[in-house]
Amino acid sequence: MLAGQSKKPKLEVLNATKVYNTRSGDLLAIDRCSLEIMEGEIVSIVGPSGCGKTTLLWSMSGLHGLSAGEVLLDGAPVSGPNADISMVFQDANLLPWRNLAANINFPFEIKGVKPDWIWIDELLNRVGLEGFGGRFPGELSGGMQQRAALVRALSFKPSVLLMDEPFGALDSFTREEMNRLVEEIWLDTKTTIVLITHSIEEAIFLSDRVVVMSPRPGRVASIHPVPFARPRSMEIMATKEVFDLTNAIKQEIVGTQVSRYPNPATSEDQPTQVTG
Amino acid sequence: MSKSDAIPQFKGKSDSPGDVGITNMSALTSGPGIKSAREVLAIVLVAVIVVGGMELLLDFFEVPQYVLPKPSEIVVALVSDFPLIAPHLGHTLVELFGGFAIGATVGLILAAVITQFPFAEKIVTPYILLLVTTPMLALVPLLILRFGFGYEPRIIAVALASGPMVMINAATGFRRVDQGKIALARSYGASTLQIFWKIRAPMALPMIFVGLMVGSIFGLLTAVGAEMVGGGFGLGNRLTSYSSMILMPQFFAVVMILSMLGILIYVFFFLLGKKYASWEA
Repeated sequence: MLAGQSKKPKLEVLNATKVYNTRSGDLLAIDRCSLEIMEGEIVSIVGPSGCGKTTLLWSMSGLHGLSAGEVLLDGAPVSGPNADISMVFQDANLLPWRNLAANINFPFEIKGVKPDWIWIDELLNRVGLEGFGGRFPGELSGGMQQRAALVRALSFKPSVLLMDEPFGALDSFTREEMNRLVEEIWLDTKTTIVLITHSIEEAIFLSDRVVVMSPRPGRVASIHPVPFARPRSMEIMATKEVFDLTNAIKQEIVGTQVSRYPNPATSEDQPTQVTG
Repeated sequence: MSKSDAIPQFKGKSDSPGDVGITNMSALTSGPGIKSAREVLAIVLVAVIVVGGMELLLDFFEVPQYVLPKPSEIVVALVSDFPLIAPHLGHTLVELFGGFAIGATVGLILAAVITQFPFAEKIVTPYILLLVTTPMLALVPLLILRFGFGYEPRIIAVALASGPMVMINAATGFRRVDQGKIALARSYGASTLQIFWKIRAPMALPMIFVGLMVGSIFGLLTAVGAEMVGGGFGLGNRLTSYSSMILMPQFFAVVMILSMLGILIYVFFFLLGKKYASWEA
């Protein structure tokens, strides 16, 4: 049932553990997380605030190291930023002093390779940003900025796309539109996608599997398969199966969160220590 | 990998414009734009009334020239004595450009380097503050004693006055790191040098322009002041010389040249900022 999924694991997270050394002592962010993401799969990670979702995703991207455990990409350990992995960040994260074309060219500039403008134009067409290359991010709406960020992330044909709450700042209509866009692009590219989100609806609509994490220290609490064929329509969101699944996941997250409520440390999303 | 172990933290936007340093570019770029011919007319009319009114009032009350010359007399002096003043303007410009080039270069490099090492920054900051707050004119008599009445003491004074101004503003710019944008560059495998040139430097650019502007204006003040202290040339020297000879129209002609120089510097950096740092406004 898991559409488009082959049997080969693309990303493997093995006993990932991350300890932050903060001023108030060591902080165990994620504890022995193990997760297997198959090639061409879309997996969402949901969980209460501060459960280490972002930490887990950043470890997968190689942007920061793990205290213990490892991440494998195609069987090889990830030890730093990887050309096959692309990140989409919480806000669009476009460079305001560059126009869209220059923003999309940015990864190529860093990597020192020539961009494939035919592919990029196709992406720009797909997200409805054709002819916007000369515009600056400040002139675009939040949705358009995030679409441009998506084009930038896909411009160098990564095999894995890691998305860190990419649409959290958008209104719900734009968000739905973005979700459809991601599915459309996935149908074309079959890129493996890991998505962190606060929206269970978004997670269910987009994913083959939804991973629920426990409160800090984050562990993989449960994994829910979403058995719908693609392309999905927004109508599936009104079915009883989705309703029950949403409730089950919500229950799980809220339930664990309520039991931990008196601890103020879990109510913040990230530890409030600034390094550097 | 110590940097990579930093806790990812980029919930808020750190690039909020308008709250950086004593002066900022938004004050510079959001100047009133002239909209219509009527506005232009009003502006010219007010100027004519102010200048003309001054002329008439000074004439009516028979204010002596050595107290305050009439605008017309100043303009006449400016035109007729300009050949005499021009070489001095040249000397002042040499001191200004020379000192500013040295001061700004050192200030920019120091700002870029020092902000990379927060600990070093803490050690150096008190001295920079001292340099910013101490009027460098105070050192000119000493510099003259050591270097004589030529260009050297003045160029050194200008460099000492403008450099710290450039540095302190540029450092504010370089300190405005957006971890999200650095993470973005790193996710593509950017080196420290690439991050500096492609993220940190452009982000600092608006503040660098502010620093260059403030620094060059401070340099001009210091150059003129130093010329007043000693030596036989420069616009500052002309000011003391004309006032001692009670040549007030010539004195004010020099003052006018100085204000125009200041305005030119301001407009130059304003346009530069508009061209290269308008994304922040």
